[in-house]
Amino acid sequence: MDFQQTIQQLINGLGLGSIYALIALGYTMVYGVLRFINFAHSDVLMLGAFSALYIAPKVEKVLGPQSVTGAILVIVFSAAVCACLGMLIEFLAYRPLRNRPKLTVLITAIGVSLFIEFTCQNDAIFGSATRAFPKLLPEQQFHLGKIVLGSNDIIVPVVTALLLVGMWFIVQKTRIGTAMRAVSFNQQAASLMGVPVNRIISFTFGLGSALAAVAGILYSMKAPGIEPLMGVQPGLRAFIAAVVGGIGNLPGAVLGGLLIGVLETFAGGIPGLSNYRDAIAFGILILILLFKPAGLLGRATIEKV
Amino acid sequence: MKLRHFAIPAFAVCLALGLSNCKKGGGDTIKVGEFASLTGKEATFGMSSHEGTLLAIEEVNATGGVLGKKVELLTEDDQSKPGEPANAVNKLISKDSVVAILGEVASSRSLEAAPICQQSQIPMISPASTNPSVTQAGDYVFRACFTDPFQGAALANFSTGTLKATKVAMLTDVKSDYSKGLAKCFKDKFLANGGTLTTELDYNGGDKDFKAQLTTIKNGNPQAVFVPGYYTDVALIAIQAKQIGLTVPLFGGDGWESSVLLDIGKDDMNGNYFSTHCAADQGTPKMTAFVESYKKRFNGKVPDAMAVLGYDSAMLLADAIKRAGTTEGPKLRDAIAATKDFEGVSGKFSLNADRDAVKALVFIKIEGGKFRYTATVNP
Repeated sequence: MDFQQTIQQLINGLGLGSIYALIALGYTMVYGVLRFINFAHSDVLMLGAFSALYIAPKVEKVLGPQSVTGAILVIVFSAAVCACLGMLIEFLAYRPLRNRPKLTVLITAIGVSLFIEFTCQNDAIFGSATRAFPKLLPEQQFHLGKIVLGSNDIIVPVVTALLLVGMWFIVQKTRIGTAMRAVSFNQQAASLMGVPVNRIISFTFGLGSALAAVAGILYSMKAPGIEPLMGVQPGLRAFIAAVVGGIGNLPGAVLGGLLIGVLETFAGGIPGLSNYRDAIAFGILILILLFKPAGLLGRATIEKV
Repeated sequence: MKLRHFAIPAFAVCLALGLSNCKKGGGDTIKVGEFASLTGKEATFGMSSHEGTLLAIEEVNATGGVLGKKVELLTEDDQSKPGEPANAVNKLISKDSVVAILGEVASSRSLEAAPICQQSQIPMISPASTNPSVTQAGDYVFRACFTDPFQGAALANFSTGTLKATKVAMLTDVKSDYSKGLAKCFKDKFLANGGTLTTELDYNGGDKDFKAQLTTIKNGNPQAVFVPGYYTDVALIAIQAKQIGLTVPLFGGDGWESSVLLDIGKDDMNGNYFSTHCAADQGTPKMTAFVESYKKRFNGKVPDAMAVLGYDSAMLLADAIKRAGTTEGPKLRDAIAATKDFEGVSGKFSLNADRDAVKALVFIKIEGGKFRYTATVNP
């Protein structure tokens, strides 16, 4: 592998990794507040991509094809749709289990995930065939010598960085963020202090689902073939990314996502190793859990039994 | 231990068969089972072959059916998923007591159903599975298409001959029996032709990011890239190849045959080639007539090769039932095996001793967002 190829693979890896990072942000944020993994996150990602599929032609009619405002509008609308769906999922599936053991909620999350995946495969909803995703933005490739940098390779990391900063700002600097941290710290005490716990949890889900929708759309712009199971693979990688980075830690999720994206890309480009590509993410997970169980940026906490 | 695993289901199937045989005599229709990927990742394969099969059965029934009875087609969807074909075929055989099975397009899924049909002594005809091992499951398993050693060799000759590409990279789907089989057959002939493989890389069917592999491939400076995959993956590979600046032609086998390839891949598919069973614009009188009746039946839809093979496999079965004069498994098997110079829409073909059809293949070039017939290769 020569120098230019290494740089090219690094670009590819960062492009892929920042999508994982974006999905991982959603996982880690919900975990940070509620201490449970929302496995339906990867399916909200799929719903985001499908809402964009239906919204895009309508926006295109008004604003013309492949305009920047159009793309932003599509993303905002889809994020809004998914935020509502996320809150609905929380209201119907998780809220009734609020005071049950965490394991019950976790298993319910898996159930919700399977329910969404298989309901959407029905022909009356999306059908299970792969559908073509519309082009939202004109694609451009920039050539630097032999190295090619696609417009998507720039947009995705920028959006991920902006959203990371945005999330950090919301959680650390706003009133609602303070309330989120309070709920995360001690739900009961927070409610005694007058924090509307249910509303805060709904908001957290809405925000997480909106992130998933953005990730779903960016992912589909990269690989414009979408189907109801499209969220499963990236969702699993992103979950691992969140754990590797230290679950509950926002910058950790991004770091984990980039790490997995880059390693996977390098493995994919090496003959003989390319068919073990999927094993890479899981290999990293095992290593991290063995040697640094709290994750790269996570702080080890002692659990009282 | 292994024997016991087989013995119990086998016994159950025999029992079911014994019972179903009693029913068969009394029925006033001949039941034919079909399993196809009507939904899922390779949905157009199943939809096309199903529509072709349906058209054939309707035509047979319009002309009085076979053996004085109408043919009834029972279709099961396997959702393009591993595991489902076995369920579908078990149900068709034991519950619906069909006399024969038609299906599938994808080799991995045909391979799953073949041993079940073999054990139950129900003839199975795969319309389009090209992996050689499909019909090796036993003497009850047939196919209405050519096999990968022929297709792989034709593709290798196409590469070194027509494309003048002797330096080729190969990208294989490690999850698919079809892809691995075709890749191996291609490689053998291609190396024998004096070609060199610059890079050999793998992907997992269903992957969305291929830039890693494509970057390494580009670095090897190939004159063409051989992608023996299925259309949903191939379309994404073609898009990302263009993005990475890999501009040499891609080529592949009959797994590319689907209109969805163009829906997803759009302009990035132009300039690529694939081999398949037949083309709607190949100009033979039988094909032209078929395209007309198919369009009439399915709202102006132009049939693809899988539709043609679905039609041919059903017609082949109807013809064999007529010749056998019965629907009993062993006799029907012998009648199918004796098929000679059958006039199919995809061309005239006979079944050889391995129960594979010996027939021509065609090459298609993708140009201006359309499939264009370019050449026929005879066996």
